Amino acid sequence: MAKRFDVRQQNGFVTIAMVCFFLLYLPIGTLVVFAFNDNESLAIWKGFSLRWFHVAWNNTLVIESSIRSFQIAAVAAILATITATMAALATTRTKPYRGLTFKYAFINQPLMVPEIVTAVALLIVFSRIKIWTGYSGLGYLIAAHTAFCIPFAYLPIRARLESMDLSLETAAADLYAGKWQAFRHVTLPLLWPGILAGLMLAFVVSLDDVVITEFVKSGGQDTLPTFMLGQIRRGVTPEINAISTVFLVLSIGIVTAFFFFSRKRT
Amino acid sequence: MATAKEIADKAERNDIRSRWLLSAPALLIVFLAALGPLLIVVVYSFLTPGNYGDVKWQFSTDAWVSVLLQRDAFDDTLSFASAHLSIFWRSVSLSAMTTILTLILGFPTAYFIATRPEHRRDIWLFLITIPFWTNLLIRTFAMQEVLRNDGLINWLLQLLRITDHPIQLMYTNFAVLLGMVYVFLPLMVLPLYASMEKIDFRLIEAGYDLYATRFQVLRRIIVPLVAPGIVAGSILVFIPSLGAYVTPRVLGGGTNLMIGNLIELQFGQGRNWPLGAALSITLMAIVMVALLFYVRNMTRSDGSHG
Repeated sequence: MAKRFDVRQQNGFVTIAMVCFFLLYLPIGTLVVFAFNDNESLAIWKGFSLRWFHVAWNNTLVIESSIRSFQIAAVAAILATITATMAALATTRTKPYRGLTFKYAFINQPLMVPEIVTAVALLIVFSRIKIWTGYSGLGYLIAAHTAFCIPFAYLPIRARLESMDLSLETAAADLYAGKWQAFRHVTLPLLWPGILAGLMLAFVVSLDDVVITEFVKSGGQDTLPTFMLGQIRRGVTPEINAISTVFLVLSIGIVTAFFFFSRKRT
Repeated sequence: MATAKEIADKAERNDIRSRWLLSAPALLIVFLAALGPLLIVVVYSFLTPGNYGDVKWQFSTDAWVSVLLQRDAFDDTLSFASAHLSIFWRSVSLSAMTTILTLILGFPTAYFIATRPEHRRDIWLFLITIPFWTNLLIRTFAMQEVLRNDGLINWLLQLLRITDHPIQLMYTNFAVLLGMVYVFLPLMVLPLYASMEKIDFRLIEAGYDLYATRFQVLRRIIVPLVAPGIVAGSILVFIPSLGAYVTPRVLGGGTNLMIGNLIELQFGQGRNWPLGAALSITLMAIVMVALLFYVRNMTRSDGSHG
């Protein structure tokens, strides 16, 4: 029997798609392979070794900047998620009111402005505040990260809220639940997957940021990405590959968790 | 006695007030650490550069003039600032090429994913999402591994005896272009997939029943149906390309600057904060025009379908 005519097929598309997937993973793959290279130079393969992971682990700068990255990401992601949840509750499941579109635009504003512009703006303002107050701690980085994490936390929470049925909360109110009780026992449990998704996105986005951090940080406040950027400029050893590999595994872990999480829901 | 309408109105007012209170913290943070500072950038672009960076509080439009023009040091005449113009041009043309290349690669990929059986689509999408959530710096660095003189491409070229000495790929416009295509490709595939997923394949069958060729079906049915996705993907790629900073810095070296690097330069060695501020606003204005184009396009396509 002749092969059935497939209406979905387009000539060459499968090939291009396969090339595309291959190209997406080729550089990352090379990077990971050479993290295990037992050689000073990146170019020549000299056998399998974990020595660059040891080197990175024993580099206090790497460890310090990693810890700093996690501290900032954790605080910023939590702050962003809490405020974004509140904002999402305030901007969904209502008939349009004055200022609603304004709020959308306002909250999503960090997504619409090129990062470099926000970075420069923050440099200008924070350098002034640093002179006025004399404070030069991590607060600036946390504030900046929280601001650009808010839209990332907001979007999945809002999406979740919009697909949620209002009748359950109405039922709770009918059963004499107070506003807070209804929220605590009905809305919040239903909203939880959205909140977690928002938290994870915000965390990854904060962890990944280079540009804004590079401009806002004071001396000695390198995060892991800005530390790596400095290293790449100075010329690299496979140590950077090792750090990248660990970072990569971590990101993939978080994204995988996110993926299965959002899939279970539907 | 309050009428029912009055009570309802009051409840609505209270509701709106509590909604403002609830959204206040998020709005405040975004205002303080994102939007507010942008307004100050506008102010800074009209000031005089200080001697050691920062600004003097003296009104001046010099920064705006020097975005496009340069003053001759000897006879004080104005001419086009060719250095700035060439950087603007490089930014716009590289971003446009990035958009086109990601579209050429991304369209078939998104179509491929959208035509898999439903339970397998997720895994393909997942494969697109992983690079997307991998640190941009790491992906750029990975690209450097491939492009270096002793990197993968040159190794392969020498192995195949196409060349006997390494070809300089790093620190070229080509490297920046390749890097941006690599980094932004997922941003093209995801919105394209979102609109392709909704294709009604009966329309395509109808096309074939009317003796359309595969290419005619692609051009006359599929492309028009996914046009919103094409626009969305193009915008999502074009805008961050235009503001790219990390990729040109790592892969382009010191010579292949884009607007983002030019802005940074003014706050670093250039010590001309007002010019940096004016350039930032110029970049933002270009982005806003692109976004407006997108919004208009979206509302129009909504109108024609509904």
